[in-house]
Amino acid sequence: MKQSEAFLQCQSCKKIIFSVDFEQNLRVCPYCGHHHRISAETRIQWTFDEDSFEETDTDLRSGNPLDFPDYIDKLRTAEQKTGKFDSITGGRAKLSGMPVSIAVADFGFMGGSMGSVAGEKITRCLERAANEGMPAIIFCASGGARMQEGLLSLMQMAKTTAAVQQCREAGVPYIAVFTDPTMAGVLASYASVADVIVAEPKALVGFAGARVSKQAGVSKVPDDFQTAEFCLKHGMIDAIVPRKEMRATLTSLVKTLGGHLLEVKA
Amino acid sequence: MSAMDHNSWESELRELETFIANAKERSRKEQNESDKALLEDQILKLEEGRDKYLKALYTNVGDWEKVLIARAQKRPYTQDYITALFQDFVELQGDRNGFADNAIIGGPALFEGKPVMIVGHQKGRNISERQFRNFAMAKPEGYRKAIRLFEMAERFNMPVISFVDTPAADPGVESESRGISEAIAASIMKMFELSVPTVAVVIGEGGSGGAIGIAASSRVLMLQYSVYSVIPPEGCAAILWRMPERGPEAARALKLTAQQAQSFGLIDEILPEPIGSAQRSPIEMFATVKEAIAKHLGELEVLTPDQVREARFAKFRKMGQFDTVAPAKK
Repeated sequence: MKQSEAFLQCQSCKKIIFSVDFEQNLRVCPYCGHHHRISAETRIQWTFDEDSFEETDTDLRSGNPLDFPDYIDKLRTAEQKTGKFDSITGGRAKLSGMPVSIAVADFGFMGGSMGSVAGEKITRCLERAANEGMPAIIFCASGGARMQEGLLSLMQMAKTTAAVQQCREAGVPYIAVFTDPTMAGVLASYASVADVIVAEPKALVGFAGARVSKQAGVSKVPDDFQTAEFCLKHGMIDAIVPRKEMRATLTSLVKTLGGHLLEVKA
Repeated sequence: MSAMDHNSWESELRELETFIANAKERSRKEQNESDKALLEDQILKLEEGRDKYLKALYTNVGDWEKVLIARAQKRPYTQDYITALFQDFVELQGDRNGFADNAIIGGPALFEGKPVMIVGHQKGRNISERQFRNFAMAKPEGYRKAIRLFEMAERFNMPVISFVDTPAADPGVESESRGISEAIAASIMKMFELSVPTVAVVIGEGGSGGAIGIAASSRVLMLQYSVYSVIPPEGCAAILWRMPERGPEAARALKLTAQQAQSFGLIDEILPEPIGSAQRSPIEMFATVKEAIAKHLGELEVLTPDQVREARFAKFRKMGQFDTVAPAKK
């Protein structure tokens, strides 16, 4: 969004919005309802109990195992921009007083792509949930696997999916939230095998990115192709939940699906 | 300028072989004994030259050239391995959910007298076959059929052998609307549930999600000239430079060869190919693959079901490379 001091322009409908209104509306356009992308930090602040978040795994940083051209420069730029080492921010938090293991993706860090670090953090988030007996909540925002780490990235799909299997065995619920965008290698691994999947309105959700599809000769797509609404219509997700209702919806899910965990603790 | 397909990369070799074949034909027809002897002598020298050229061509094969070999039209495909290595194979079809897929094939068979379940991508050799196989790009129903076969393997205590050979999973509208991502993810997860041993062999192209969907196995083997990549090199070039034709460069950057996969600790063994690659001596290749599968199944057979699962989890849990440093500060 183009931001001046007091006004900004909606990325979707291009209407001018007062910054104050925009923030109060959780960066959702009051006119067209477009959900603008937000950072992991903001997401955590707006979703979980105040000051309840304890970040973990902040010491993990990507190297350049493939010696891939320009990768280090891209990483450093993203690190400076976000103040983080990776797209995934993970840790323990509370949701309406209930403990949860969370991981939140930031599209602003190299398109939220999943390399070794993101894969490790997602895996640890799910393992933490399984080991400590609390629900896992993951907010996805990713263009897919990180090309710059090659096959190592592809294997993160298997690693993270295996960790979901551990949650199932431990009997802890895992909820995935698809935010704009949730694509490719992330969608085709841990994101799609959650017990419950909810998505933000109009989030881009799909397997093949536009440039890859074009390369493969895919043309003529429906208007709502690769949106949350398309996924809902085709039975791939449970619900579309506006940002303002996300906390309440997640709370209900944790209370119900994770109810057995709370009783044990009480 | 890099060759863009296997035939053109081997074009000089092919010219030489055509020349030798013509010389042989000429010699066969020659009545004059001394001229025939002269021709035969020439042919021997030409064949020696051909062997030298072949050996040189296949020494230090470049990364992009490995992509071309992995995609070669005459390379043995899954069905060829099934025929050569197994007995009593019966193809099982359908996802039992309304759809059938021809890019992934599978079914039970005997391997050295013991029941196993086979699942593999199948490419086609001519245009109509390729269309029928959808270029080995499986749709959701392919992965859902695989899941069905994995479950059956678990039920009847049969090890699973996967043959991986796909450019990618199908990226079309149909696949998206039936949940290709979910199908791949569910298939990967199912593989981690299995307590029977699983062995995957990358015989050609290991194309990203489409490949890992049937390759989250206890052991992962790659043929010497097969490739395994997070994205096709052309797709990578399209994203990075918006120039798909820079595939050869992207292939080098992606480190997609068997040798590089092994150096990152992501695969268990590289199976050497005959000189001139699998397609020049399929029989030799089949023997190598058969021996390798037997060896790995033998090693896995002694494990208890729990140990099989735990070992598979532990194997994939280790994958990834990163640094641990002082936490980032804003």
